[in-house]
Amino acid sequence: METVQNHFFSDMGVMLGRSMRHISRSMDTIITVCITPIAMMLLFVYVLGGAIQTGAGNYVNYLLPGILLIAIASGISYTAYRLFMDMQRGIFERFHSMPIARSAALWGHVLTSLVSNAISVSVIILVALLMGFRSPAGILAWLAVAGILALFTLALTWVAAIAGLSAKTVDGAGAFSYPLIFLPFISSAFVPTKSMPAGVRAFAENQPVTAIVEAIRALLSGQPVGHDLWIALAWCAGIALVAYFFAMRVYTKRA
Amino acid sequence: MQSPAIQVKGLQKSYQSHHVLQGVDFEVEKGSIFALLGSNGAGKTTIVKILTTLLKHDGGTAAVNGFDVAAKPDDVRRSISLTGQFAAVDEILTGRENLILMARLRHLTNPRPVADDLLNRFGLADAADRRVSTYSGGMRRRLDIAMSLVGKPPLIFLDEPTTGLDPEARLEVWKTVKALAQHGTTVFLTTQYLEEAEQLADRIAILHAGRIIANGTLAELKKMFPPATVEYVEKQPTLEEIFLAIIGKKEAR
Repeated sequence: METVQNHFFSDMGVMLGRSMRHISRSMDTIITVCITPIAMMLLFVYVLGGAIQTGAGNYVNYLLPGILLIAIASGISYTAYRLFMDMQRGIFERFHSMPIARSAALWGHVLTSLVSNAISVSVIILVALLMGFRSPAGILAWLAVAGILALFTLALTWVAAIAGLSAKTVDGAGAFSYPLIFLPFISSAFVPTKSMPAGVRAFAENQPVTAIVEAIRALLSGQPVGHDLWIALAWCAGIALVAYFFAMRVYTKRA
Repeated sequence: MQSPAIQVKGLQKSYQSHHVLQGVDFEVEKGSIFALLGSNGAGKTTIVKILTTLLKHDGGTAAVNGFDVAAKPDDVRRSISLTGQFAAVDEILTGRENLILMARLRHLTNPRPVADDLLNRFGLADAADRRVSTYSGGMRRRLDIAMSLVGKPPLIFLDEPTTGLDPEARLEVWKTVKALAQHGTTVFLTTQYLEEAEQLADRIAILHAGRIIANGTLAELKKMFPPATVEYVEKQPTLEEIFLAIIGKKEAR
């Protein structure tokens, strides 16, 4: 037992190497993940943006945090897909009949999700810069933004793990991410919540995306973050923990 | 007397109210090829999963290479290798990368030569740097078995190794399995093809309705059944023989 645990990190490293190789050989997954958010950004900034009153000068600055969350929400569906394929093809069975730490295979996928989403988020930020996104934020604020996005990715990755591990079909493994992609629309990601009718507004102001978007927006525009940061972190950590618990249960049961 | 590679006594397993295994007993000698024969759903895969620590049993005992599967799963995992029902190969990686992956996970110090050696042995050297998604069914299965041999486990499990393969590929796999046993590896194989058990196995056990109903060498099993009667029947070539003759690869035996 001891020796198996001692190899946990090297085993996980091998697993990470494996799925990163998958990603580098199917760059189309990164492109697909980036293309919709970028198209949305173009649409909202150049077509609809003129009619949206945010109170902020530059609409790209206002929009970017929500776009990044949409990118992550669609990116994790590939994590679910890769997990599902490993279950289907019996590769997990092979790993589990070998003397390696049992959860190394799963953690390999989780780390891969963090890395690949970091890549797509970077690509989208570069495009936003071309579209006139500017930020006075210093290095600490950027690090805080990276931290929030990483925690958000981690939380959704564990949700994706539940879907990927328990799905019966490929379509089922990916379908769970649609509502997640939709959530930013009913938040302050695109328009201030003030303009919404009371019921919708109550939902929008109290769902996790709004807190996360507000926290990132404040950090990027050099404003004081206030309690949004803590609400955002609490949501991400809470979702991550609950989803982790259920994902591990499915994992021990099915894989 | 050498201790057996596998020792199973009174093994039981149920899924809800469905009693798949109702007291299974058998032993597998070291260095032999043992075939577990049974129809679809007889519980062959369930036995393989229990012996490879993927599934917990409800009753009885099972020991692999002297280690109890329930009490010492890590020791069992170190001494076995599983080739499951579906070729568990990574399609996006190349053949060589698949083997190196296995070698890394078995914590071998120099993965590359290990991979090269197996690629040569399994006739995959030319395809080594192609992605597995371009491989034929037979090549895939060969790679699958090669991956199981990384780290030289003394016992390998092959769960229906030829299901879904064309006749040519089936012969390839048979050759591979025979070669394995010549190298001293113990092979536990499940199959639903009588011919496969006949071709390969030193001992054959038949699993039916949750129990082993017959267990012995091919000669012993033949004795247990009604003696052969002599009939004169015109010998028509089977479609398999025709197929193999046409493609010019007559069974090399």
